[in-house]
Amino acid sequence: MIFNKNTLTRKNLMALTGLFLSFFLIIHLAGNLQLLLPAEEAQLQYNSYSRLLGGNIFVKFVAYVLYACIIVHTIDAIYLGIKSKRANGPSYARDRRGRASKWYSRHMMALGIIIFVFLVIHFKDFWYSYKFGEMPLDINGNKDLYTLVVVAFQELWYVILYIVAIIALGYHLLHGVFSAHRTLGLYHPLYTKIVKILGIIFAVVMTFGYILIPVYIYLTQQL
Amino acid sequence: MKIYLKIWRQKNSQSKGGFVDYTLTEVSKDMSFLEMLDMLNIQLVKKGERPVEFDHDCREGICGQCGVMINGIAHGPLKHTTTCQLHMRSFEDGDTIYVEPFKATAFPIVRDLKVNRSSLDHIIASGGYVSVDTGQAPEANSIPVTHEQAEAAFDSAACIGCGACVASCKNSSAALFTSAKISQLAQLPQGNKETPQRVVSMVNQMEEEGFGHCSFTEACQVECPEDISVLNIARMNYEYNRSRLLKK
Repeated sequence: MIFNKNTLTRKNLMALTGLFLSFFLIIHLAGNLQLLLPAEEAQLQYNSYSRLLGGNIFVKFVAYVLYACIIVHTIDAIYLGIKSKRANGPSYARDRRGRASKWYSRHMMALGIIIFVFLVIHFKDFWYSYKFGEMPLDINGNKDLYTLVVVAFQELWYVILYIVAIIALGYHLLHGVFSAHRTLGLYHPLYTKIVKILGIIFAVVMTFGYILIPVYIYLTQQL
Repeated sequence: MKIYLKIWRQKNSQSKGGFVDYTLTEVSKDMSFLEMLDMLNIQLVKKGERPVEFDHDCREGICGQCGVMINGIAHGPLKHTTTCQLHMRSFEDGDTIYVEPFKATAFPIVRDLKVNRSSLDHIIASGGYVSVDTGQAPEANSIPVTHEQAEAAFDSAACIGCGACVASCKNSSAALFTSAKISQLAQLPQGNKETPQRVVSMVNQMEEEGFGHCSFTEACQVECPEDISVLNIARMNYEYNRSRLLKK
């Protein structure tokens, strides 16, 4: 399956990795909502939670699956994008095909690029700094990731960057979640409808949940 | 009505095409779109010019032969119609209409608005049938099929193979066309038996013809003259995955 060039197989992999990444979003949001606790409590709890994650062998394993999913999802997107470009031939001089579909369903690639660029920044600023950078410690002796996050979200442009990227993610999910289920073969009319509604709810909750964190910190935690 | 036309003219698949402007006066709003093109062609022939070539046959919306991009939409502005069932009353006096052929690598242009859609035939030939023994027609009631089953299969069978799904798709995917046939046959006891082999060979053929993948934008269903459901594609994926997973 990994090396099969067939587009349907590639789409299956896109769907599976996409759904795993979507599932991860729930866990990531749930963990990061601890940032919204009162400052002192949040600092200690968030830092000890971060250390707990870093030290757990199961979490480490899941983290490697997560990195693999991001890479496979990205490579497949590029591969399918090239294939679709080849299949398209010359473009239309007058093209109004867009009236028949939602804009975000046609621009999953562009939304994906925004998310990817954001991920590079996100990984560099938090993941890389936490894992490989020099970090001050809190009173419990844990690396003070909390302060790093709060300091980062003092900058308005940084908060705006997050909001833009998360909105792109929201639209990506809006189309991705339900269409992934169809790619994998869910064709029952009733269940496809239910999955579509759940997909919309999921996308909306994730978008607002993730936007809440930087905005809340920017507005309340002036250092 | 006075209509300004910008029509894609191309001598053959190798040559470079381009738009040529034509102006038609006294177009009746009751004419079909193809009758309007006939009117243009009569004028061109009288002038000694080469007429605009386009595919058409029944002109009743059931054969799937006609199909062009009209103002950037397959089969024109109306939803769920063929080009022949589009009438000039859908346009305004003085409108400029762009007419282009369906464009996809798997649909090479033959001439002007005419494209070669043999790739769709190849997909059907690769498995879109039921293998039966020759001889007398079997007793129709020996295999029970419920009314609902027959209707559902017929909804998928309604595809006329015009290629508007491919032309409307941002990936030039033939998934709706291919899946309609797979789904139709999978829903009937006669066809269901061969589904695992059929789906793999038809999907592989679709791939070989150079069509793109499906990303469920659902544009194909909106522009499909027969309103074939995109859920057929999901069913094709299900049957394909099942066939691959259970392969011995």
